[in-house]
Amino acid sequence: MSALSHGLPHRRLRDREGLRALVWLAPWLTGVAIFFVYPLLSTVYFSFHRYDMYTLEFTGLDNYRYLLHDPRVRTSAANTLWLVAVMVPATVLFSLALAQLVVRLKAGAGLFRTIFYLPSLVPAAAGTITFVFLLNPATGPWNQFLALFGIRGPDWFGDPAWSKPSLTLLSLWGCGQLMVIFMAALLDVPRHLYEAAAIDGAGPWRQFRSVTLPAIAPVLMFSLVTNVIYALQYFSQAMIASRVASGVTDSPGSSFTPGYPEESLLTLPQWLFQVGFRDYTMGYACVLALLLFAASMIFTLLLLRQFRRAGEVS
Amino acid sequence: MNATITTPRQVLASGSRRQGLRARRRRALLWVATHALAVALALMFLAPVVFIGLTALMSDQQALTSDLWPHEWSWANFAEVFEKSALLRWAGNTFLYATLATLFTVVSSVPTAYALARFRFRGRRAAFLLVVTAMMLPPQVVAVPIYLVWARLGLTGTLWPLILPTLLGDAFSIFLLRQFLLTIPRDYTDAARVDGCTDLMTLLKVILPMARPAVAAVALFQFFYCWNDYYGPLLYAGVEQRDLTLSLGLATFKAFHSVQWNLTMAATLLVTAPVIVVFFLAQRVFIEGVTLTGVKG
Repeated sequence: MSALSHGLPHRRLRDREGLRALVWLAPWLTGVAIFFVYPLLSTVYFSFHRYDMYTLEFTGLDNYRYLLHDPRVRTSAANTLWLVAVMVPATVLFSLALAQLVVRLKAGAGLFRTIFYLPSLVPAAAGTITFVFLLNPATGPWNQFLALFGIRGPDWFGDPAWSKPSLTLLSLWGCGQLMVIFMAALLDVPRHLYEAAAIDGAGPWRQFRSVTLPAIAPVLMFSLVTNVIYALQYFSQAMIASRVASGVTDSPGSSFTPGYPEESLLTLPQWLFQVGFRDYTMGYACVLALLLFAASMIFTLLLLRQFRRAGEVS
Repeated sequence: MNATITTPRQVLASGSRRQGLRARRRRALLWVATHALAVALALMFLAPVVFIGLTALMSDQQALTSDLWPHEWSWANFAEVFEKSALLRWAGNTFLYATLATLFTVVSSVPTAYALARFRFRGRRAAFLLVVTAMMLPPQVVAVPIYLVWARLGLTGTLWPLILPTLLGDAFSIFLLRQFLLTIPRDYTDAARVDGCTDLMTLLKVILPMARPAVAAVALFQFFYCWNDYYGPLLYAGVEQRDLTLSLGLATFKAFHSVQWNLTMAATLLVTAPVIVVFFLAQRVFIEGVTLTGVKG
């Protein structure tokens, strides 16, 4: 009886709050409908058509069949996978190491944090051009520096084998955001846990594995997953590096093939951009878009599971 | 048998003193090692900026050589960047894009985040999952249909397709604000309700003053995102030099305006400088804001 008399007004209150929420959320929900749901459905629709912005022709599964025979899909997917498998872990580990170092500093910690953080704010275009200059084999300072030690530096952005590692260096330089996130996580680990571990005779490595790692695991996972998803979208730096290193501009009509050198920097989003907005084969571009969507959804679901486990959603 | 008797206490004392000495020496060594490593890394992080600056000040002839130090300081390079390119126009376009998008984002995202964090309603969980999904969606996935809509409206070739959507909220900003608003105890809003505040008044009078750091962080992030954005303007901005943004213009600067690196580096420095200045003006907001982006998992 009491449950009933309690339940009813409560439910009415909840419903009223639901109505208020709907009013407050209406603009955003409209945005989701226009910029997320509609284009996603539309992408599926176009993927079964040939479309060049003028004529629309139903072609069934042709676009999907072509996907299997497009050599550039294999190249660009492999390049994107490389970024996910090498660049992301390298950046995350480096940021964590850097954070570990900075939280241990007694003198000038603020100054060092600023120095390590600042490059992450540098615009992608500016940072990429800077690294193409630094690493250029003719007049660049980096290979001159290596020469001091008798090392002949490679052609970095001009060599298909070294172009992705060059971008990885750029990514390490811009790891400041991640470093600050990890610093906050490290400083949140209760000090007494380390003291207890030290009394138990745990060395630095053991302390890291048994105390630090479990404590920062959620933040680490979150960073890893979000950075994998960002790597799937990786576009600007790769495209700018290709352009500046090859010296070709990309105004519509010019013959710029993305991915210089030898398509080693051609990522999946770049190929999609080329197919859709330079060649105007938009139906096929939608197939590539769905491929990218599937890949990113896998990791988004991982992220959502993380949130659920952390009790974030209640 | 004339052994001196040492009390346990003495043993302990001398032992701990020796141990203390060793520990202190070890700690000092560790101190030197960590700080030396930090200095070395800091130099490597700063080196690119130093080389941009030095190259930006070289004469045309010298920029073709592998010299690292300018013989004569060509300050005129910076003026030449302005003469040769439409840098001021680019800056104006970028500023307009970033300012309007930031303004719209804050105005639209704060109420949305407030509703997600405060109201109890069915579908609240689903709404949050939708925010995260939208936040993580690669922009390229939905680019084709959205582009076609803007083309039909005749707005391609302008930056409006990048600005107008922010009127309906930005997923990343909503996410960040929601995370922050959840940390504000319910008691405040309940008290406001008891005092007869409407939802809007509660948001403006109670929540917003407390959420100032988060709002500032969201505004700064959005501004920087737009200021640095390359993909969006590449898709939508016009193709004339006067239509470009800073990132677009800079990316084609070397091919269009300069054979040597010196002018390109001067332009790079000019594009980066405002970002650095803003950072130093609002350093705390940045660091606190970034910390917020990493919360929870």
